Amino acid sequence: MTVAAQENIVRTSQSVRVGIYLALIVFALFYLLPFGIMVINSVKPLIEITEGNMIALPREWTIDPWLSAWSTAQIGVEPTGLRPYFVNSIVMALPAVAISTALGAINGYILTKWQFRGATLIFGLLLFSCFIPFQIVLIPMARVLGVLNIAGTTYGLILVHVVYGLGFSTLFFRNFYAAFPNELVRAAQIDGAGFFRIFWRIMLPSSGPILAVCCIWQFTNIWNDFLFGASFASGSAAPMTVSLNNLVNSSTGVREYNVHFAGAILAAGPTLLVYIIAGRYFVRGLMAGSVKG
Amino acid sequence: MGFLNINGVSKSYGSLKVLHGIDIEVEEGEFLVLVGPSGCGKSTLLNLIAGLEDITDGEILIRDRVINGVHPSERNIAMVFQSYALYPNMTVGQNITFGLEMHGVSKKERKIALDEVAKLLRIENLLHRKPKQLSGGQRQRVAMGRALVRNPDVFLFDEPLSNLDAKLRVDMRTEIKKLHQNLGTTIVYVTHDQIEAMTLSSRIAVMNDGYVQQLGTPKEIYDNPQNIFVATFMGSPAMNLIPAIVRALDDGTVAEISLYDGSLEHLPFGRADMNSWDGREILLGLRPEMITDEESADRKSQNIARIKNRIEVTEPAGSDTFISMQAGGKSIVARMKSDIDVKPDQVFPFAINMDKAVIFDPVEGIRIQANISS
Repeated sequence: MTVAAQENIVRTSQSVRVGIYLALIVFALFYLLPFGIMVINSVKPLIEITEGNMIALPREWTIDPWLSAWSTAQIGVEPTGLRPYFVNSIVMALPAVAISTALGAINGYILTKWQFRGATLIFGLLLFSCFIPFQIVLIPMARVLGVLNIAGTTYGLILVHVVYGLGFSTLFFRNFYAAFPNELVRAAQIDGAGFFRIFWRIMLPSSGPILAVCCIWQFTNIWNDFLFGASFASGSAAPMTVSLNNLVNSSTGVREYNVHFAGAILAAGPTLLVYIIAGRYFVRGLMAGSVKG
Repeated sequence: MGFLNINGVSKSYGSLKVLHGIDIEVEEGEFLVLVGPSGCGKSTLLNLIAGLEDITDGEILIRDRVINGVHPSERNIAMVFQSYALYPNMTVGQNITFGLEMHGVSKKERKIALDEVAKLLRIENLLHRKPKQLSGGQRQRVAMGRALVRNPDVFLFDEPLSNLDAKLRVDMRTEIKKLHQNLGTTIVYVTHDQIEAMTLSSRIAVMNDGYVQQLGTPKEIYDNPQNIFVATFMGSPAMNLIPAIVRALDDGTVAEISLYDGSLEHLPFGRADMNSWDGREILLGLRPEMITDEESADRKSQNIARIKNRIEVTEPAGSDTFISMQAGGKSIVARMKSDIDVKPDQVFPFAINMDKAVIFDPVEGIRIQANISS
């Protein structure tokens, strides 16, 4: 049934089909071209780039730019490479994603299944953090971090990302759980399960798609964030994005474009990987969450 | 004291009152059906018994224990939901034993209880499947298994058959009835389907607008409805309510009705107490099977009125043939045997069993009671 239905939704002739595919392939190539240039130039000796052959394949293949970007390149004044900052970003992003997703899930659970007076208002206020321009909060946030004595540290960044990730993660889970049958919660109550037991045993095991969506979304945003990173975690606590900037903008010595390209790919790598691994859940989860809201 | 007592229970949502002082006493082993149209408060009442909503006023007792404010899991009840509410992430076996696990029953005892219930419901081969791999009827069984395994004092059913197709519904209905007969459990069952109510129950509470309109055995409800709502809600096709005028004549009191051609016909009541209504309007309640052909008329009936009326529409339904005609300015339905040879527009003699006629006050909508003494 489904196969037949899929085939018959729109009938297209062979030539139309070829045209559509050609157009799509051209767009995909156009979109992938910059990335291709980056990869090509990251495996070239610097001399080949300065000669002006950006687009050509390397005459001599080398992985030295990658090694240099990773462990020896000059970041600001220290020749540490991107490695320590990559670790910083991991140490920042993983807890921030985990905490904001966990809190978002519990928020969504409460907002849909344990409704209380003013729940809608609180949800509305939480949504502010999705749409507020972050420049507005920089100075107050700096003050808060100062008072808490975690200014300039990775912990401070984790806190900032949890707070500003909460809006979206709550939104995702609230919409997902709104479509989750109330009768299941009632049945579990009669069976004797309490608040957290229902969450752990009934809700969470059915939340796979939205967990994937939320984790991808949060990870991408937090990993790619530059503004908070540059504002609240300078020096050795800086995340990957900030150190990449420092690498590219080093004012001393020769500009090593091939190392810069390698560094940029290293910085983009984790988010790319997450999309490739969990991308199909992302689409599926977005659809599931959008059914009812 | 009954096994389950509902004493003056009311429920309000803000200023909106949805249940008004409900009083029902359920005996142990009884099958009580709450029936009524959408929004009559029957599901709310069930949720109050389950403890899923708070009682505004009054109290509910199970085994003489007041359960107001007691957590649902501590009331020793089990509930079967309309959507079955099977936990999608658990296997059938885990679904059934989840309640036992929450109550700290050991794994070994859970296994024994599960096997027993699975055997009773013939679902032994499904225990390792997930709910989404089951058909509608199988899900229904698992939902019942989840209720049975707890061995509760009271079973609550919330429209459990309404998601099944027509044939399966009839099968499951019989199965639920069998289960009740074998286990002798106390059941409160909510439905909007009056046939389910009639076939399953030992007593029916017909509800409308937050009131219990009538509480009684299926036979009482069917034969002696207390008001127009109960009379028309229960039974299919619905009871005919024919506008009539009471005439106290020398040879007895009669109901005067008009027929298709405007002629007036006198139907004797066979009871003397209607004299005081002489000249007033009433609604004469006659079930379709009380208006039939001469041969199908009840031989034991004391009081049969004969009229000739024109047939408007015939509807053969297999086991019976339903006939529509005009009486008292309304369209009424008669139930004939299936092989009756009649055509539309034919004027045909009908026999009306007045023994079982019920009489309603058209203004108040309530039954005019037979006063045996007068």
